[in-house]
Amino acid sequence: MTVKAYDVVVIGAGIVGSACAAECAREGLSVAIVEAGIIGGGATAAGMGHLVVMDDSEAQFALTRYSQQLWDEMRDELPREVEHDACGTMWIATDEEEMTEVARKAQFYTERGVVVEILDAQSVAEAEPNLRPGLVGGLRVPGDSVIYPPCAAQFFVDQARSKGAALFLGKAVETISSDSVRLRDGTSISAGVIVNATGSWSPVLTPGLEVKKRKGHLVITDRYPNFLHHQLVELGYLKSAHSLTADSVAFNIQPRLTGQLLIGSSRQFDVDHARVDGSIVTRMLNRAIEYLPGLRKLSSLRTWTGFRAATPDKLPLIGPHVEHKRLYLATGHEGLGITTSLGTAKLLVAQIMNRETEIPLAPYLPARLTQEPAHV
Amino acid sequence: MSDTVTVRVNGVSVTVPAGSMVSAAILKTGTYAFRRSASGEPRGPLCGMGICFECRVTIDGDQHSRSCQTVCRNGMDVRTDG
Repeated sequence: MTVKAYDVVVIGAGIVGSACAAECAREGLSVAIVEAGIIGGGATAAGMGHLVVMDDSEAQFALTRYSQQLWDEMRDELPREVEHDACGTMWIATDEEEMTEVARKAQFYTERGVVVEILDAQSVAEAEPNLRPGLVGGLRVPGDSVIYPPCAAQFFVDQARSKGAALFLGKAVETISSDSVRLRDGTSISAGVIVNATGSWSPVLTPGLEVKKRKGHLVITDRYPNFLHHQLVELGYLKSAHSLTADSVAFNIQPRLTGQLLIGSSRQFDVDHARVDGSIVTRMLNRAIEYLPGLRKLSSLRTWTGFRAATPDKLPLIGPHVEHKRLYLATGHEGLGITTSLGTAKLLVAQIMNRETEIPLAPYLPARLTQEPAHV
Repeated sequence: MSDTVTVRVNGVSVTVPAGSMVSAAILKTGTYAFRRSASGEPRGPLCGMGICFECRVTIDGDQHSRSCQTVCRNGMDVRTDG
């Protein structure tokens, strides 16, 4: 059976797909959203919801900064259950080497218009009294914030539907062809443009994509209001989170509006099963306890896992597939998809509508990964 | 060895038989709301065997301690949040 044709069929109602669908609908395009599971149930439910400006590369900065500005513009529209909290980020330095990184980071952000504050040991201790004594300092980024991502995805789906988008929920896509999407139940949906926004699953529908699963664990505690005031991230994160091979853990914790603490993070490649790995959780919590000794006495409620969609150059794929012109990709956001969902949606729609983008597009185009490497 | 112990519940001294659980000491003060749910409803001991987590209180500064699973010790400071 063939159902009505849509201008755009978005596959995947994670935060990226949902944001893309909402943006397409806002442009007046007719949209269908197809989601095999539940809205925001994949990496969206395993992301911390940290809206953060990052500085790994100029391209990463540009997309996170652009996206954060879009989140800020939307702040007053967000429903209460999205739990927006303008708590800011504090990057924590444990030694002089990391303090040098604080200075570098501060300069990078300041030069690009992001407000930051360098903190000495005393200011860090005053800002977060539960941190262990003896830390060297830190960097506060007050413009960063936190949301609850699955509800943000739901909000975007609702926005799209209020503009007429159709939702095919609980419907798995079997195949993507040149002008339609075929569901497992036999339904065929005709599409002008098809968007694969299925995160770490995107290579299943589009073979050959350079997107790998990168597993992460999260722990959430009971409610301990005022234990923590900022999202805290270790600067050693740079050393530990960026290895492309070894399993790693890093201190990354956030206060939720409920008073709960959400504790990350771990990164593992080549693990396909979603089971909680006790040894990784132990390493992750021990790392967190090194920074916040009082965590030892708190009780956790739940531990779970998810899969980031990782690309070789740590930048997402946003734009047309190299061979299949009507297939657009919006995937590969790794650990930044919550933040960059809004920027992704804008960049995607500009391409579909054949418009100029507000930030340079080249670093995110899928074609970059298939071009011949430069031989020296 | 004394066969009673004395704890403080919200600042009030309560003496109970040695071996009593903290939940018993709290009830002896006439307090039934041990804590509040996320939506503000009163909560108190339901299962009495450590499963339901409804009887959580702060014991010697440790929040979310299960009062039905903690034996009273002399001088213990117990705070309800009901």
